[in-house]
Order: sequence, then structure tokens, then C-alpha cells
Amino acid sequence: MQIFKTPNINFFRWRWQAVGVSALVILAGLGTMWSAGGVPLGIDFSGGTAVVIRFADTTPEDAVRAAIAAIPGEKVVQQYGDPSANEVLIRLPQIDVETGADLEQGATAIVDAIEAAGLGEFEVQSTDIVGPVIGRDLQQKGIYATLAALTGILIYISVRFRFSFALGAIAAVFHDILVTVAFLAFFGYELSLNVVAAILTITGYSVNDTIVIFDRVRENLRSMRRERLELVVNKSVNQTLARTIITSGTTSLTVLALFLFGGEVLRGFAFTMLVGIVSGTYSTVFIAAATAVFMSERQAAQRAAVLPAAGGGGSKRSRRRKMKARAS
Amino acid sequence: MKTNLRWKLLSIVGILALAGWSVYPPEDKVRLGLDLKGGVHMVLRVQTDDALRIETETSMERVREVLEVSNVNVGAMTVESPMQFRIEGVTADQDAEFRRITDEQLDVVFSRVSGAGGEYAFAMRPNIVVSYRDESVRQALQTIERRVNELGVTEPIVAPHGVGGDQILVQLPGVTDVDRAKEIIRSTALLEIKLVEQGPAISRELLLQANGGQAPDGMEVVSDATELLEGGVPPQFYMVRRVAAITGRDLRTARPTLDENNLPAVSFTLNSEGARKFGDFTGANIGRLLAVILDGRVYSAATIQQRITADGRISGGFTQQRAADLGLVLRSGALPASLTYLEERTVGPTLGADSVRAGVLASLTGLALVALFMLVYYKLAGINAILSVALNLLILLGFMAYLNATLTLPGIAGFILTIGMGVDSNVLIFERIKEELATAKSVRLAVAAGFDRVFLTILDTHVASLIAAAFLFQFGTGPIRGFATTLFFGLLSNVFTAVFVSRTLFETVLARRQVTRLSI
Repeated sequence: MQIFKTPNINFFRWRWQAVGVSALVILAGLGTMWSAGGVPLGIDFSGGTAVVIRFADTTPEDAVRAAIAAIPGEKVVQQYGDPSANEVLIRLPQIDVETGADLEQGATAIVDAIEAAGLGEFEVQSTDIVGPVIGRDLQQKGIYATLAALTGILIYISVRFRFSFALGAIAAVFHDILVTVAFLAFFGYELSLNVVAAILTITGYSVNDTIVIFDRVRENLRSMRRERLELVVNKSVNQTLARTIITSGTTSLTVLALFLFGGEVLRGFAFTMLVGIVSGTYSTVFIAAATAVFMSERQAAQRAAVLPAAGGGGSKRSRRRKMKARAS
Repeated sequence: MKTNLRWKLLSIVGILALAGWSVYPPEDKVRLGLDLKGGVHMVLRVQTDDALRIETETSMERVREVLEVSNVNVGAMTVESPMQFRIEGVTADQDAEFRRITDEQLDVVFSRVSGAGGEYAFAMRPNIVVSYRDESVRQALQTIERRVNELGVTEPIVAPHGVGGDQILVQLPGVTDVDRAKEIIRSTALLEIKLVEQGPAISRELLLQANGGQAPDGMEVVSDATELLEGGVPPQFYMVRRVAAITGRDLRTARPTLDENNLPAVSFTLNSEGARKFGDFTGANIGRLLAVILDGRVYSAATIQQRITADGRISGGFTQQRAADLGLVLRSGALPASLTYLEERTVGPTLGADSVRAGVLASLTGLALVALFMLVYYKLAGINAILSVALNLLILLGFMAYLNATLTLPGIAGFILTIGMGVDSNVLIFERIKEELATAKSVRLAVAAGFDRVFLTILDTHVASLIAAAFLFQFGTGPIRGFATTLFFGLLSNVFTAVFVSRTLFETVLARRQVTRLSI
């Protein structure tokens, strides 16, 4: 069975339209976030208290809300997971004072209030209390991890391919991160540790996809030396198109299983992955390849502009460099 | 069959056997993280200022005593910050003597700055501050470790945490009584035995009034522990000496026992040094009142009937559980400083079990869907892909078990991603083989060319992902690390299964008979 016999689609014809669509999605995402007052941070990063309680009987959220009405601060009460599980997530904001007793106060107050309200038997499923110090710490670590991973990948691709290719891959990664965050904003997911892990995975996945195409470009460049880079890249994208679609299809299947059956704790993670995989496939074809070609051509143009002015030694060196780039 | 191929097959079987042996039985060998098993994760901060303050206070009190004995009269002595105290009113004619005594008593730890009018400030030296802070964190770490071990938690983690140098990570898998665990870890358990100067009285003010509104130098007012107990008995207050005769450091052991009324109590035994000190002290103060103070509260106060040396008892309306816990914390030693919680995450055992079920269900569903697709799309070659993905998962589990790595919920997500990566490698290879077949090569040549050409691609993609996984592990915390671990080893084993195992399987089939059309 074969999806495409030998596809020959000119992806470059649509690159500006593609950039437009991406920009639209990203801007809409930023707009949504802006109107909501910034990236919605989960308690991992913002600090605060989250308690998940499972009731023995069906308990409306409003009853829970009424029970904890006396606790100061902006509280969030929402259904957690499957409605039949009778689980409720209660969140309290960060408490300013940085003492141990105060940190636990929220969780204790919630349990006491619900006990006092007589909502029937219940069981505390999980408690997360994150102090401000840790929240800041985790935020920093998340940013460091992303930047360090990106730098590592940038260096690796520069070494194995060309620097302009590395820029293409990184452009695609940033595109995927921004699109994913935009979708998180559309669907009201918060940025938690798990979501950050998913974003980092997407980074790896997106680069993965891009490298497959670049590898093919490298291979094709050997036999198509005289062709324009744009044509070589477009041919490579077409040659690997079947693989790109099948892989993102099967990976989406596994992540979809995770989204549907993986439980509430991993739902944000799975959602992020799902969006990221679709975006990653799209960006590989439209963003990464186009950026790589664009940057390569600009470099070539710059080199051509510099060449006449430079002496004989310089031109020899750059010619050698160009040959090396071709060969690698 | 060629011998080369036989060796390849043998090595594959060998590695599988190794992985299988390493995993079996899975419920013992695969370590589950807190999010799957249930338990508590907490990050505590050691308030190192406490340790410094204690050092500053005791140094000041020691100097006070020496000055009194040497008949050097000074004015007010005040602790100004955890690292600083001030002595005022040193007269000009006693200045030289004052300097000599403070040099002798304090010079190693404090630097002295003289001000106007016989005023002196003493500040702890910066290198001493650093070493005291480090020391108090190290001590706290050891103390918590001892307490956690005595709690009988299996595979607890007590480790330094974060970059500040004053944080401690504690993970207690499977602990359900979180409040008790927290109480035990956090109780300072500072035991002091002090001489009572005045009291008991029914209020703090009464004691202070008798002394002109404030506690005399070197003394303080402490309350008893009745308000901590239920029953509503009004508390009593005692005026005691600041400097303790005996502290928790002089203890050899402590254990729960019963007092003369058959109520739970804690008995303790002093070490030889402590026993000697206590003997001298009680011998010199027969007939006076002695208070046993724990974390700043008087638990029992009794008249010294005779010289006491090694043994003592604390009673104070304890429950049996409380007496046992108290024995535990006293045995493990006092914390050098109080602790505050920075982070606490508790997962109930039901939620953990639910997560395991959900994770396994999701993994199996994902695997089944992918297997179905591969069979439909790649026909017989699909079996090859399914085998290599399944082996990949087995080897990954083997790695995890062998390295004693922890499987977390995001780790399960890592497993699912590994399925995705494994399938991707196979798709890459199969698509390439199809292309090679299209250029009218023989089956055997096409398979060889497909694997050869794709090998570099697979290497590149995997190295790039390994870089990402490595940084994820390096900077990540808790659950993210679990994810990075599975992803990392999943990638490693995938290079082996997708390239080596899958190719060997193809070659085995192709070596057996003459294949003219590949079912792919």
C-alpha cells in the first residue's frame, strides 16, 4: 500500500501563505494570552495550593465552593477528570508570607472546611503545595533546559550540516513552541511542569522531523550539484513526504491514546504533544526548509558581494568552504 | 545459514534474555515513582539563621558569665541580629580587662568593633558564618535521614536540593500518614534541662512584675506544654536560666516508657560526659526545681531530691504514639535549626494506582493501534516493525530495572513516545526500501541499500533527541527527570532494535528462501 506514488508538490510556492497562517495563529494565541493577563501559569510555576478531593457521592462544584467560601483569596473549584469519578480540584493562590506554617495552611483549611460542611465522605487524592521560592526555581530551570537543549541541537546541526540549516531547524522549533503555547491558551490549559516537558519533547520531535529532510537534502546535493538549492530541498521534502505523514500519523495515534486513556494528570501533557506533533510536521515542510533555503541564499549573496573586493586568498578559502559545505 | 547471521541472531537473543532477566519479576524490579506509588515529596529549607542565632546567644551568655566572675561591670547586652551582638557601658578603667576577656572568649568566631562611650559590637566572621551555615544544613540532613530511617519508609530519598545550598529534598514513597511524617521530620526536638529560678506562676506578667517588668539578665520565661494538649488546662509559666545544664547533645538514647502513673512517657539516658555534668549540677542544686524543656516548652518540672546522673524521664500527658515519636526524634538528635516547607506534594495511593492503570491502558492502546496500522500498511514487513518495537520496549524496561531508575507518570509518556520513535525508524527504513525497489533493484540489494542509506539519518535524529533528553534530565526536576530517563534509554535501545534487530530479521528471512517480491 502506498499513500503517494511519487509526489511532486511545489511547497515553496506556498511558503509565504504558510508563514501568514502561522503568524495568524501565533498572534491570536498571544492576543488570547494578553487578554487573560499573561501566560496562565499552573501552581508549579506560580506557587500556591492545589488539592484534589474524591467524594463518595456526587457533589456539585457549587456545594464545594460554598463550603470553602470563608477561606480568603481567589479560589478555583473545578471538576477533575471524568464526571463519574466525583473528583474536584480546588486551587488557592500563593500565600505571601514565606513561613512553613502558612504554606500548609491553605490545604489544611480546605480539608477542615469541607469536613465541617458535611458533604459526605471524601478522600484527599493529592495535595500540591508550591512555595514562591520553588516556583521561581522551576521557572528558571524550565527556561534554562529549553535554551540549553536548543543550543545543543543548534551546534549539532551546524556541525553535521550547515549553519543555515541549523537556523532553519531552530526557526521551526520556535514556531512549534509558539503555536503550541497559542493552542494551550485557546483551550485554557495552564503551563505546568508536565506541559513544559511536553514542549521540550516537541522540540526534539520537530528537530527530528527536520533532520530527516535535511539528511535527504545532503544526500541529493551530491547528485544534484548544479541545481538550485530550492529545487533540491523541494525534491527532498517530496521524497520524504510519505514518511513524514506516516510517522506523524502513528505518533499522533499513540499520543491520542495517551490523551484519551492516560488519565487527568497527563491530559495537559498529551494535548500539548498532540498539537506539537501536527505543528511539527507542518513546520518541517513549510518553515524549516524555507528558512534554510532563505538563509543559505542570503549567505551566498553576501559571499558573492564580498568576493570581488577580497583578495585572491580570501576567494580561494571561501570557495573551499563552499565545496566543503556541498560535500558535507 | 551464514555463520555471521547466526552470531547476530544469538547476540539478539542474548540481549533479550538479559533484559528479560533484569526485569523479571516486574513488580519487584521496576521502581515506581511517587506519582504512581503514592507518597510525599517535599522540599524543606533549613533556617540557618537559627543556628547562627543560637551560637551568638550562647557566646554572649558565656561572656556574660566570665565578665561577672571577673568583676567586670558592663551595661546592656543585646543580640541584634543572628550574627551580631552588642555590649554597652564598659567603663574606661575596665576597658583593657574587658578587651582581654572578649579576645580570649570570642576572637576565633567574632570580630570586635569598638564604638563611642564604651560600646562594643561583635560580628560573626564571614568564614565562620559560611561554615556554620554549611554545618547546620549537613546536620539537618543527617538528622532527617536518621528520623526517616526510623520511620521505616522503604527507599526514602533525603538529599541536598537546589542551588541555594540550604534546601533539602525528602521523598517518602508509600507514606499515607503525611501529617505524622511531617511532624516527625520537622520537630526541632531541642531538649534542654534548665534550673527554675522562679515559678510556676499562672501568667507571664506575674513573673515579670516580680522582677520589675522584664526578665533579669541571663533568664527567660517559658510556658509549659499544657496548651498543646487537649483538655483546656491553663498553662503555667516558669522563670528559667537561659543556659541549659544539659541539652539533647548529651543524650545517649531515648525510648518510650510509662511513668509512675502508668501513663506514656519518654525515658532518656545521658552519655558519660552528660552524666558527669548532670551529676555535678544536680548535686549542687538539691532541693531546687528542675525543668525539662522541649522545643521551648516545659514538659515536666520536678524538685531535685538527690544527685542524678545518667537517667531521666519526660512525662506530660502524652499519647502512646506521641511518646514513641518523641523517643524517635530525641534519639535521632536535635535539628540545628528550624525547617520551613518550600514545596509539598502528596499523592494518595488510590490516585497512584489509577495512574498506573491509565498509563498501562494508554500504552497498550497506542501499541495496538500502531501495530494494526503497520500490518495494514506494510503487510508482512509490518510484523518485523512490531517485533522491533516490542523488543525495544522490553530492552528499555530492562535498562530501567538494571539501573534502578524510577518509573514516573511522565516516564510512561516516555514509553509511549519511544513507541513513536521506534515506529518512525521503521517507517524511514521501509519507505527507503520501497524507493530502492522502485529503481528495479533485487530485493536483497534494496533491503541492504535501504538500511545503509537510512542509518545516518537515524543516527542524526537520535543524537539530536539524545541531546534534548540529556538537558531535560540535567535541568529537570522530579517527574520530568523520569521522562528524560525513559526517553534517553528508549532512544538508545531504539538505535539497536530498529537498525540491528530489524535488519537481522530481514536478512534471516531473505537467507532462508529466494524472495522475488517483498511484502512491504
